[in-house]
Amino acid sequence: MNLLRLSWKNLTFKPLSMLLSITLFALGVGLISLLFLVQHQLEEKFEKNLAGIDLVIGAKGSPLQLILSSMYHVDAPTGNVPLGGVKPFLNPKHPLIETAIPISLGDSYKTFRVVGTTNDILDIYEAKIAQGKAWEQNFEVTIGANVARDLGMSLGDTFSSSHGFMEDDNLGHDHTAFKVVGILEQNGTVLDQLILTTNQSYWLTHDHDGESAPVAAPEEEEEEDHDHDEDGHDHDHGNEGHNHDEDGHDHAHELEPVKPLLEEPEDKQITSLLVKFKGRNYQALNMQRSINENTEMQAATPAIEINRLYKLMDSGEQALRILAIVIIFVSALSIFISLLSSLRERQYELALMRVMGSSRSKLFNLILCEGLLLAIIGWGVGLLMSHGGMQIFAGKLAESYGYDFSGWIFLPQEWFVLLGSLLLGVVAAIIPAVKASQTDISETLLKD
Amino acid sequence: MLSTHNLSFAFDSSASKKLSFPDFTCPTGEHWLLLGQSGSGKTTLLHLLAGLRSPRTGTVTINDTALNELKGAALDRFRGQQIGVVFQEPHFVRALTIGENLALTRQLAGLPPAPKIIIDLLEQLNIAHKKDDLPQALSVGERQRAAIARALVNEPSLILADEPTSALDDQNTEQVVQLLQTQATNANATLLIVTHDNRLKSIFKQRIEL
Repeated sequence: MNLLRLSWKNLTFKPLSMLLSITLFALGVGLISLLFLVQHQLEEKFEKNLAGIDLVIGAKGSPLQLILSSMYHVDAPTGNVPLGGVKPFLNPKHPLIETAIPISLGDSYKTFRVVGTTNDILDIYEAKIAQGKAWEQNFEVTIGANVARDLGMSLGDTFSSSHGFMEDDNLGHDHTAFKVVGILEQNGTVLDQLILTTNQSYWLTHDHDGESAPVAAPEEEEEEDHDHDEDGHDHDHGNEGHNHDEDGHDHAHELEPVKPLLEEPEDKQITSLLVKFKGRNYQALNMQRSINENTEMQAATPAIEINRLYKLMDSGEQALRILAIVIIFVSALSIFISLLSSLRERQYELALMRVMGSSRSKLFNLILCEGLLLAIIGWGVGLLMSHGGMQIFAGKLAESYGYDFSGWIFLPQEWFVLLGSLLLGVVAAIIPAVKASQTDISETLLKD
Repeated sequence: MLSTHNLSFAFDSSASKKLSFPDFTCPTGEHWLLLGQSGSGKTTLLHLLAGLRSPRTGTVTINDTALNELKGAALDRFRGQQIGVVFQEPHFVRALTIGENLALTRQLAGLPPAPKIIIDLLEQLNIAHKKDDLPQALSVGERQRAAIARALVNEPSLILADEPTSALDDQNTEQVVQLLQTQATNANATLLIVTHDNRLKSIFKQRIEL
C-alpha cells in the first residue's frame, strides 16, 4: 500500500467528485492542446505551400482570395487575366523573374480541382513522380497522391471534369476525356490534392462547351484561334481537322504538341501567374506596385497575405485561449475544493494515520499526490480528447478542402502543457496538503 | 514497561486549568485499568502516554525511551512501532478494506508487510471473512474488533485503549475485554485501558484512579 495507491483509492472512493475535477481539467487541457494542434498544422500547410513563391499575379479583387485560390486552392478565383497581359512575365529572359507558372482554374473532378499549368510547378513544390510521367499533351493529367488514393485512380484511367468546384454532374464537360498519365508521390503540399494538366486543355474544354466562366475563353476564339498560327502548325480542332480521329470522338487535340504559352494568342486567358523572383530586391518590389497601379491585374505577396490571415485567425484563437484558461482555472479550483472538502471528512482518518506512525510530511505528500493524480489524469484525458477531436476534425477538413490533417501528431508544446498541468495540480493541492500535515492529532481525536 | 513522572498538562498557558496526573508504573506484560470520571482528563492522559500531545511538565517513559526526547518523525515512528491504540470509536481509512487498513498500519510504522500476521489476527478476532470489506460494511462490534486487530498488527509493546467498551452491551464488552487481554498476553504487551466503565473494575486487579 504505497502512497500512490492510497491516493488513488481515496480519489476513487469519491468517484463523482473525481469525475468532475478530471472532466474540467481535461476540457481545459484539451482545448489548449487542440489550439496548438490546429495552429501548428495550419501554419505548416501554409508555410509548406508558400514554396518560395514571391508574387501572385491575377485578376483584380481580394489579394487574399487570389492567394488562397491560386496557391492553396481553397477559395474561388478572382477571375481571369488575358494571356497578353502576363506574357512579359512568362518570358524566360525577364531580368527579375526566375520562374513564372501560369495557373488555370475553374474545373474539378469529384471535388478535386483540375489545374491547368506547366511542369514547372513540380519543381517549385519539389514534387516527384511516383508512377508514370508528368503531363505533356493536352488532356493528359498527372494526379496528386491523395486524388489517386481517394478516388482509386490509376494510370490510364480517363474521366471528364466538371465545371466549378462542386461535385455536380449537370456541369460536366462530358465529351472531354482526361487521361491519367502520372501519379505524384505524396509530399505534403497542395499538389497532393490536385489534378494537373496543361493550360491549353482548359481552353479546349471550354471552347467545346461554349462556356465562358470562370475560365472565360472568349466565344469567338474558336474561329480566330488558328489565324495566329505563327509556327505554321495546323492544329485545327474545331470544324475540319478530325481526319485522324478513328473513334469519331472530338479528341484530335490529344495528339497535338503543346506550345509554350508565350506562343499562344494574347486573348487566351489564364487565371493567375505564380512568380518566383531571382532575388527580392527593390526592383522586384517595384514590379508589384507597378502591376497594381498600371494594369488591370493585381499582384499579391503570399507571405504578407498569409500573415494577414494569421492575424484574422489569431483573434478567434485568442478568445478560445482565454476560454481554455478560464476552464483550467475553474478546474484547479474544483480540485482545490474537492480536496479541501474531502480533507474535512477525512480529518479523523488523517489523525489516525498519524497515530499509526505516519509523519506530517507523509500526509502532506498524500494530499499532494491526490492533486497531482487528478492533474495527470486530466492531462491524459484532455490530450486524448484533443487528438481524437483533431482526428475527427481532420476528416471534415479533408472532405471540404482536400487538405490532410492528423490527430496523431504530437507537439513538443504538449510537454509544456504537462508541465503546466503538474504545476497547477501542485498549486491546487498545496493548501489542502499543508492543512493535512498540520492536523492536530489529539484535538481531532477529541472532537469526535 | 510504561511509567510516568510528575506529569501535568494545560490546554492554555494559564495555570488555572492545569491537570496534574499521579506518577505510576505499569510493568511489562501487566494489564491495568485507568479509572476516572468524565472530565478528569483520562483521554488527555492517554494522548500524553501515546505521545500525541506534549505534557507541560514531567516525562512519559516507555521501555526506557522518554517520549519527550523524541521529536517529529522519530516520535511518529516510535509511536507507530511501539504503541497500539484502540479508540472509543473505531475509525478506519474509509477508502481501504480492513485488510488494506491493517497493511497500511504496518507500512506507516515502517514495518515490513506481514500478511500472515494480519490473517492470523483477523482469524483470532473472528473477522477473517471481513478482510476484503470496506470498514463501513462492518457492524459496530466487528469494527471494534478490527480496531483491536489494528492496534495489535504492529506487535507493539504497549496497548492503550480509550473507553473501548463504552458503546458496547455487556456481552460485547466482556468479549472485547477478553480479546484485549488475550492478545496483550500473547504479545507480552503492557495493556492500559482508560475507562469510566464500572463493569471492568471486577476484571482488573491493577488500577490507577484519577
